[in-house]
Amino acid sequence: MTNHWIDYQNSDVFINIGLNTAENHPVSMKWIEKAQEENDAKLVCVDPRYTRTAAVSDLYVPMRPGTNIAFLAGLINYVLENKKYNEDYIKNFTNASYLIDPEFDFADGMFSGAQKVNNRVAYDKKSWAYQQDEEGDILKDESLEDPNCVFQLMKKHYSRYDINTVCNITGSPEDKYEELCQLYAETGAPEKAGNIMYAMGITQFTHGSQNVRSIAMLQLLLGNMGIAGGGVNAQRGQSNVQGACDTGMLFHLIPGYMGVPRAELHPTLADYLDVETPETGYWENKPSFFVSLLKAFYGENATEDNDFCYDYLPKMDDKDRSHIGIFNEMKEGNIEGLISWADNPAVSGPSAGDQRQDLGNLDWLVAVDIFETETASFWKEPGVDSKEIKTEVFLLPAAMHLERAGSITNSGRWIQWRHQSLNPPEDAKSDLWIADRIFKAVRNLYEEEEGVKPEPIVEMNWDYGEEPDPELVARELNGYHTEDKKLVADFTKLASDGSTAAGSWIYSGYFADKDDPATMSRLPEAEGIGSHHDWAYAWPLNRRIIYNRAGADAKGKPWNKNTPVIWWENGAWQKNDVPDFNASLPPEETANAPFIMLPEFQARLFAPGLAGGPFPEHYEPWESPIQNLISGTQFNPAIQEWYPEQRAKVGSKEYPYVATSYRVTEHYQTGMLTRNMPWLNEAMPDLFVEISPSLARKLNVESGEQVIVSSPRGEIEAAACVTPRLKPFAINNNDIEMVGIVWHWGYAGMSTGPVANDLSPAIGDPNTTIPEYKAFLCNIQKKGESK
Amino acid sequence: MPLTRRNFLKVSGLIVGSAYFKKKSSTVLSARDFDDLRIEYGEETTSICPFCSVGCGLICHIQEGELINIEGDPDHPINEGTLCSKGSSLINLVKIYDQEGEGRPNPNRVTKVFYREPYGERWQVKDWDWALEKIAEKIKNTRDRTFEETDEEGTTVNRTTSIAHLGSAMVNNEENYIFHKLVRALGLVNIDHCARL
Repeated sequence: MTNHWIDYQNSDVFINIGLNTAENHPVSMKWIEKAQEENDAKLVCVDPRYTRTAAVSDLYVPMRPGTNIAFLAGLINYVLENKKYNEDYIKNFTNASYLIDPEFDFADGMFSGAQKVNNRVAYDKKSWAYQQDEEGDILKDESLEDPNCVFQLMKKHYSRYDINTVCNITGSPEDKYEELCQLYAETGAPEKAGNIMYAMGITQFTHGSQNVRSIAMLQLLLGNMGIAGGGVNAQRGQSNVQGACDTGMLFHLIPGYMGVPRAELHPTLADYLDVETPETGYWENKPSFFVSLLKAFYGENATEDNDFCYDYLPKMDDKDRSHIGIFNEMKEGNIEGLISWADNPAVSGPSAGDQRQDLGNLDWLVAVDIFETETASFWKEPGVDSKEIKTEVFLLPAAMHLERAGSITNSGRWIQWRHQSLNPPEDAKSDLWIADRIFKAVRNLYEEEEGVKPEPIVEMNWDYGEEPDPELVARELNGYHTEDKKLVADFTKLASDGSTAAGSWIYSGYFADKDDPATMSRLPEAEGIGSHHDWAYAWPLNRRIIYNRAGADAKGKPWNKNTPVIWWENGAWQKNDVPDFNASLPPEETANAPFIMLPEFQARLFAPGLAGGPFPEHYEPWESPIQNLISGTQFNPAIQEWYPEQRAKVGSKEYPYVATSYRVTEHYQTGMLTRNMPWLNEAMPDLFVEISPSLARKLNVESGEQVIVSSPRGEIEAAACVTPRLKPFAINNNDIEMVGIVWHWGYAGMSTGPVANDLSPAIGDPNTTIPEYKAFLCNIQKKGESK
Repeated sequence: MPLTRRNFLKVSGLIVGSAYFKKKSSTVLSARDFDDLRIEYGEETTSICPFCSVGCGLICHIQEGELINIEGDPDHPINEGTLCSKGSSLINLVKIYDQEGEGRPNPNRVTKVFYREPYGERWQVKDWDWALEKIAEKIKNTRDRTFEETDEEGTTVNRTTSIAHLGSAMVNNEENYIFHKLVRALGLVNIDHCARL
């Protein structure tokens, strides 16, 4: 989230798209409802079905799964055509005026520079570059009239997305869609705040990254970034998924959102720093953050002479080692061992049935959890012969959240400390203890026996005490001066010469005072805009609304004087938040530079960085009932097709329905916790699938009857819930029916059921490889009836 | 009368009733209106809910080392004392209740090290020392056989592609951070977690 939960109270219009806040983030609804009650704010719910969020919305607009880009592109077009954008904002704060190479082009769903490499399109991005003068300065047209400027290119690209075209693709009723356009475009007025919230209904697509981009572009056009009540607000699905990303639990990252060192690009430290450090923008400080990380990892062993032990960090090859990639490697027999902490891919993975088979290719599996998950017990799945499975499995008993101490980071980037309340039962231990003991056991072996390349292990800086103390880890994560171990106040104190160490630079400050760390602070705000700076600590620098220079105009006047974030008054910056810019300078000197993490300092309406194109373009999901109506390019041409043989064809007669998956409020993710909680099982005992009354009539199915749902990957049996909350989508004069699948179940725990992800395809976005869980094809029939 | 859950509900139902009459002039009740219902015995600790990412504050009541209640933290600025159905049921992770309202530890909780040998049909219970030694041997064995110090280009890579690691969105920051150190020390590049999904 660029903003945070309580800041929802400052919004005027909400678009809730690709998430179901009322069901999946229930308590946050109070801040939306507060805005509705106190500010007459309007909540718009965009969803393929009428959800509990829709039930409390002011406007509900249905949309066929997988058509978010067309849906958002129509909004962008409406804002551009009707001049509803905040012109001062886009001129000063975005790259709208930048001139792009005249060779840049777009035709039939493809951008210029398309090249086929390994059966997918990899773009040569030369023609996507900014025009530059001889000094290397970017050429601009402040009038926004040059046909090669970003603004005009954007107008041209999005002019194809008129309301009629969009609704023909998305199946949204035109009157409802137009009502949304009018309502949301009004947030382009300087004093109005529009808030777009999203979750996996935006990201879990083969074009998920471009969905998010579309949201960001719309928010920039309307001047909704950096203001109170605005923002691009990803509602994270798990209590510490934010923190797990912050600490680099992803193959392409190391802690603090720095790129993983790669063999091809970064053979040496000098190469890494040279390639990864931009000349301008705040990332120019990357050497300080990166060397501090190496010092945190390798302590006194890391010196300038040995490149701070850079060689010890494993270097990535050119394979996609994301979740799908890792399981593909397992399938190929290239992985012997897996360590899985409180993760349950046997239920959560795409084509989960195949992935459970892949687990059987492992020689050993270490699973750490508080309950026996389907992953730990994959060899016990009904119908599986465990005598055929070679894998040695360790299930280690973990402590639950109340039985250990440490911090977690919520969606609004608040790092909140959890104190230990209980002792773990019997032999259960904290994850910290378990990781510490595994490391020490391995280190002992390398100290006592011969082994290959022991240095990265035995020279690792690792001393958190006999019983590992989370506060000692917290100090390292925060960072310290290496000479005296004094904690650094924040990341502006980090240096590239080895004089500081910090595990994740963005966390610097959260534990700067070891006796009274900010992460444990519990002082609510007495007055203000709801920032609560003395309640926990928000990264970065305890800033609650990021990009907040954009919350005031070039002269420092706040766009909205009722909820100003940072503003210039009486010759000084006044603050309701921590400035996201150099506040020692007067407004004129930062007037064109609010987006400090980018080398341009201005936000990118045109973004050459993504794999699929500089502007989001609608493609159908990998599996779709129809041909793409807006171009001849059917699905995202940049994706890697892992298992093309598992794809249902366009308009498949065998799999004629669109499937989408979602959660219910009583259960959580793979159910490994909640299906072991009797009160919740009583409230929501079984998996079910939802269908419209019209599809139910066609199938001759009534609510409560068992149905079989199938896809090219597998099939499940479930009870049908026939409900008018689902309606067919009118697409190009055809009715397209949808099957909604609740997915929390598996064969372990107190409440068991089929694994819904046995149906979903292992196909992902070209930038992130997030699987396309939210739109694929299926068939459904009454149990006992043949196909 | 021993305070079983059923008795507690009877008692608390009575108090809710009287509290309601006392407050009926107010149209909107908040958690603060029920301050007189608060548990006065037991030690109070604060925590944060482990489910979604809203980050709701919890209060836990502990008596003689045993969890007797979890409720929303009314001082917490985000949830202001409220919790959803999952958060309100959190005590079930620790204890479940029979029809008489008698609590017992959640029987599905894994409290011992479980081990399944190759081609085995059931779990065996082991101790930590045995498991840690065995796991360390597995890791070292795979690592030593598959470790690449340099790649085909001669670049120093110090990696093994034969071990994978899935971190977690359910563990603390400090824990994920030391997982990161652990797996980089071992030379892993297959590192992901459910944020990818």
